Amino acid sequence: MRAKRVIPCLDVKDGRVVKGVRFLNLRDAGDPVEIGSRYSKEGADELAFLDITATIENRPTMLEVVRKTSEQVFVPLTVGGGIRTVEDVGQLLRAGADKVSINTAAVLNPDIINQVARRFGTQCTIVAIDAKRKGSNWEVYTDSGTTPTGVDAIEWAKKAEKLGAGEILLTSMDCDGTKNGYDVELTRRVSEAVNIPVIASGGAGNLQHLYDVISEGKADAVLAASIFHYGEYTISEAKIYLKGRGIPVRL
Amino acid sequence: MIAVIDYDLGNLRSVSKALESVGAEVEITNNRRKIAQARGLVLPGVGAFHRGMENLERLDILPSIFKAIKEGKPFLGICLGLQLLFSESEEHGLHHGLDIVKGRVKRFTTTDIHKCGGKVPHMGWNKIKFKTENETLPAGSQELSMKIFDGIPDESYFYFVHTYYVEPEDKETIVATTEYGKDFVSVVNKDNVIGVQFHPEKSAKLGLKFLENFCRYVS
Repeated sequence: MRAKRVIPCLDVKDGRVVKGVRFLNLRDAGDPVEIGSRYSKEGADELAFLDITATIENRPTMLEVVRKTSEQVFVPLTVGGGIRTVEDVGQLLRAGADKVSINTAAVLNPDIINQVARRFGTQCTIVAIDAKRKGSNWEVYTDSGTTPTGVDAIEWAKKAEKLGAGEILLTSMDCDGTKNGYDVELTRRVSEAVNIPVIASGGAGNLQHLYDVISEGKADAVLAASIFHYGEYTISEAKIYLKGRGIPVRL
Repeated sequence: MIAVIDYDLGNLRSVSKALESVGAEVEITNNRRKIAQARGLVLPGVGAFHRGMENLERLDILPSIFKAIKEGKPFLGICLGLQLLFSESEEHGLHHGLDIVKGRVKRFTTTDIHKCGGKVPHMGWNKIKFKTENETLPAGSQELSMKIFDGIPDESYFYFVHTYYVEPEDKETIVATTEYGKDFVSVVNKDNVIGVQFHPEKSAKLGLKFLENFCRYVS
């Protein structure tokens, strides 16, 4: 049986790791290569980098971060942020990324999912969804959570799977940065709607939250940033805790 | 020097960086002389089977590979590199492989996969189970597989990404299996050749331990 994964996420801006609260208030948290390497030694199952500057001018900086990281970190690396074209994906994979996550570009042009999956394989094609509760549903937002799209998150996840997404990276905008726990209901609804792994993101404040979103939310992986960045918990503490509660994890 | 064979497919860089990180001297190459000089060979690879064979043929390095294996040089196949060692593959029609290990490369069936609630590709961290000790391993190959898994406990997790799996004819070549809907063969060994379905270069500490053991075996 496959292990559930714990994935630390590093928001990278101008080559540095930062972490925002509700997508704002950036705080500097360090060097991505150094932090990534430490996390992998502590037992991170994968690393995720989100390029939050993601402008064309900054692309070489991010590629360099990816290159350096993949030379020193021997776990799978996912990179997202600002990916617009199949060529962007190719560049990141050549720099050493194992997977890419596509958000805004996929909503604007869903066919890019199909193109990336065909060219590089579904295993490296992650569709990232930023969702915000709206009544009893969730709406997809793009452009780092600034633009509502009117698209239903669950329907979008299903469509993304059909187009060739290998995984869904699901961020609850309501919970992100609050440390009050993941949106378990959203995660469960999406997990039940698709047959591909769902990575839960946004809201982790303690280890119980990780457990809840895996057990009740049916997430295949948990992504977290601040609980690891500011030393509240180490990755290995998180995994020992999950194992103690009966979740299969790699220790 | 360990030669990482460059045949225009896959993550050569991660493999060579991982080998370097455990102290190996590595060259990414498809030069026949370099392959002949190498003390050990690694055939990595991600991609389609027939494309792999075509590239190896086009680059005219198959004779060098066969020669190195015949000379007894340690040879490691990773993922597609493992699959290419086999006689044939069902990926995109039937294609011939290197035929170093007799057997076939097959696709996971949906029936198998549904049993474990999974899908293809089989992607993520999964356990390898060593063949139990009461089953006999061939004397010649036991040495290599024991050395290369030194310090790696049974049921350790490694990172997998694949849609096809190998099925050797000779069960004695099986070193370990992994469960994904059913038990499939994740490690094979025949004489000086070892093949792994997982990616040691993405398998964190134990993956590096595995590569370190391989390097030690080479030198």
